[in-house]
Amino acid sequence: MKNKVMGVINLIHEPDELEILTSGRCPATVPFGGRYRLIDFMLSNMVNSGISRVAVFAHTKYRSLMDHLGSGKHWDLHNRQSGLFILPPSSDDQQELRRGDLYHMFQNRDYFTRSQQEFVVISRSHVVCNIDLAPVIDFHERQDADITVVCKRQTDPIPGKSRKVELNSAGRVIGMQDHYGRLDSDLLSTEIYVMRRDFLMELVETSLAQGQEHLIRHAIMSRLDRLNVYGYLFEGYLGMVNTLESYYWNNMQMLRSDVWKEVFFRPGSIFTKVKDEPPARYLEGAKVSGSLIANGCVVEGMVINSVLFRGVKVRKGAIIRNSIVMQNGVIGENSVLDYAILDKDVVIDQGRDIRGAAGSPFLAGKRKVI
Amino acid sequence: MGRKEMVAMLLAGGEGKRLGVLTKDLAKPAVYFGGKYRIIDFTLSNCAHSGIDTVGVLTQYQPLVLNRYLGIGSPWGLDRRDGGMAVLPPFVKQKGGVWYKGTANAIYQNMGFIDRSDPDYVLIISGDHIYKMDYEKMLAHHKKTGADVTVAGLEVPWKEASRFGIMHADDEDRITAFEEKPKVPTSNTASMGIYIFSWPVLQRYLIRDEANRHSSNDFGKDILPAMLRDGMNMFVYPFRGYWKDVGTIESLWEANMDLLDDRPPLDLTDPEWRIYSVSPNRPAQYIAPQASVVSSIVTEGCLIEGDINRSVIFYGVHAARDSVIRESVVMPNAKIGVGARLYRTIVGDGAVIADGVTIGHPDQSSITVVGSDEFISNYKTLLEVEPS
Repeated sequence: MKNKVMGVINLIHEPDELEILTSGRCPATVPFGGRYRLIDFMLSNMVNSGISRVAVFAHTKYRSLMDHLGSGKHWDLHNRQSGLFILPPSSDDQQELRRGDLYHMFQNRDYFTRSQQEFVVISRSHVVCNIDLAPVIDFHERQDADITVVCKRQTDPIPGKSRKVELNSAGRVIGMQDHYGRLDSDLLSTEIYVMRRDFLMELVETSLAQGQEHLIRHAIMSRLDRLNVYGYLFEGYLGMVNTLESYYWNNMQMLRSDVWKEVFFRPGSIFTKVKDEPPARYLEGAKVSGSLIANGCVVEGMVINSVLFRGVKVRKGAIIRNSIVMQNGVIGENSVLDYAILDKDVVIDQGRDIRGAAGSPFLAGKRKVI
Repeated sequence: MGRKEMVAMLLAGGEGKRLGVLTKDLAKPAVYFGGKYRIIDFTLSNCAHSGIDTVGVLTQYQPLVLNRYLGIGSPWGLDRRDGGMAVLPPFVKQKGGVWYKGTANAIYQNMGFIDRSDPDYVLIISGDHIYKMDYEKMLAHHKKTGADVTVAGLEVPWKEASRFGIMHADDEDRITAFEEKPKVPTSNTASMGIYIFSWPVLQRYLIRDEANRHSSNDFGKDILPAMLRDGMNMFVYPFRGYWKDVGTIESLWEANMDLLDDRPPLDLTDPEWRIYSVSPNRPAQYIAPQASVVSSIVTEGCLIEGDINRSVIFYGVHAARDSVIRESVVMPNAKIGVGARLYRTIVGDGAVIADGVTIGHPDQSSITVVGSDEFISNYKTLLEVEPS
């Protein structure tokens, strides 16, 4: 895979209904699952599949992205021949920023022409799954496809916005619609696409010349009748984290031990930027059940069915239920937290009672003091 | 290489015989401690926080795991263009090479390494101790007293004083006598095995000590007494704080248990003095609905379905349902079977305790050790492994 496949994580106009969670960051760096950022999943998938050259097409609010990715060494993408490339927009002109991903890919065509890999895997950062991409490439070559779309059959609808895909009996994609489309299909696109590098460059140039803006919605979806587009069926866990509802739901799914074992370990481990937090400490009065606890937490109170990120302090008598508390949150003595999402560094004073509802969790922005 | 004011030499060759099966394939400084660390992390982190950027790590016994762990020193900020970490095993020279004969000989054989940085001072530390210390403050003390050597000293309880190398000092902290493990101690200031030497003085004594065929080439037994006889300027640097030599099963277990108090004597959470280590990169730990975790520390990647009280659980441990873990230390990736019970047990990394096995007894004070990667299906076979 090393010299055969390159990866692209495309953050340009990434669907984003994550409300205040993305007020200061892009969806790619929204904290997820106790210690990760969303982009860690696709980045790790690529690395675990043997891809050693990955480009991240940054778009807006990417300061936290630069900080998180650094040199790429936490994903083993810090090496001489290849590694991690962060490609922000080449101009800060508002008109140009609004343009679609085809335009940005064209702007970075030098990056593609300078690469030597035969195939490109293009994906998004808001997709939570653990997938080996090597069989996808094999499938793509075997089918002699122009484009391969990785799909997941989802008989129970999942929260979040996903594209629907329709296959014929030969596995060819004959229909694809955006989430609001009326296509009656239980096949969802994982937003992972495979094609040859030279094919991608040609597609980008032709589509742009015809006035198209977006790679998937325009360039691919308008050419399904002319191109050999095949669907590869992925059977693992799929989370589309692009709405607040799906953010909450997918975090809560990590509290099922079968999901936890799959999403973080199989087929490969998910990597993230490491911090030197000490192990989590459970003090004498701690009562924790059905929860995900990260290093650096100090638990003196009660935590039920919740996700605590690194360095969260749960003081004596505090009760946290059905909630997500991000890095360095503090829940004061005897406070109650139920159905809440607290962004980083939120401090809840003692004796507070904060409750959201099952369908609409209470949301507190970064560094809020309550 | 640029000039450095002080270079640290970290003695990490300890065989750790008294740690039994835990050091079967492992040098003592690489033994796991405190839920995610190895013992050597503490001294390396001390160097990082004390502004020391040139560290020679002297290895000897079972260096494979340790070498791999240290790498180029990145986790401790020691991957430097100028200085940084160097692992220094005994090496073969033109006239043949020899094993390090003693702590002083290990430094003697690497005088060339130290000279490359042309330092004024050399800090000698050991990778066997758990403590947090700012060596810069000790250096300031060394300069202020105009010492040739400064030895860090700790006041230990009188009843334990006979286990240590004991120092006598006058009111100005000037060392007047040494006693190695005295039967009837007359001072309770123990040497912590941490020395700052003025480099030219140390160099002179190392060469002299090497020429003495009767010497055991040891800092505590030979170098320091020789300097005292010559009336050199020797001072104690009084240290107040937590310090533990984790050279025995009991002390390793105790030091782990010390971390579990609600206000532990050794604070791992201090953001100003983080203990750095090679991070395992595992997901957040999952505490199952039926689990109970109290007065314990647990690390990333654990799947806890059992009942844990007063224990230290390293990363990647699976404690299955109905398991009971009390006053125990469970090292990385160990598996504790359904209904298994551990009392005062140290479980080596990768070990598997089969379903329903009980190790130790709630009323028993002795500590049982299970070696790395062992499979324990029956407590009796274990007793043969490690009679405790």
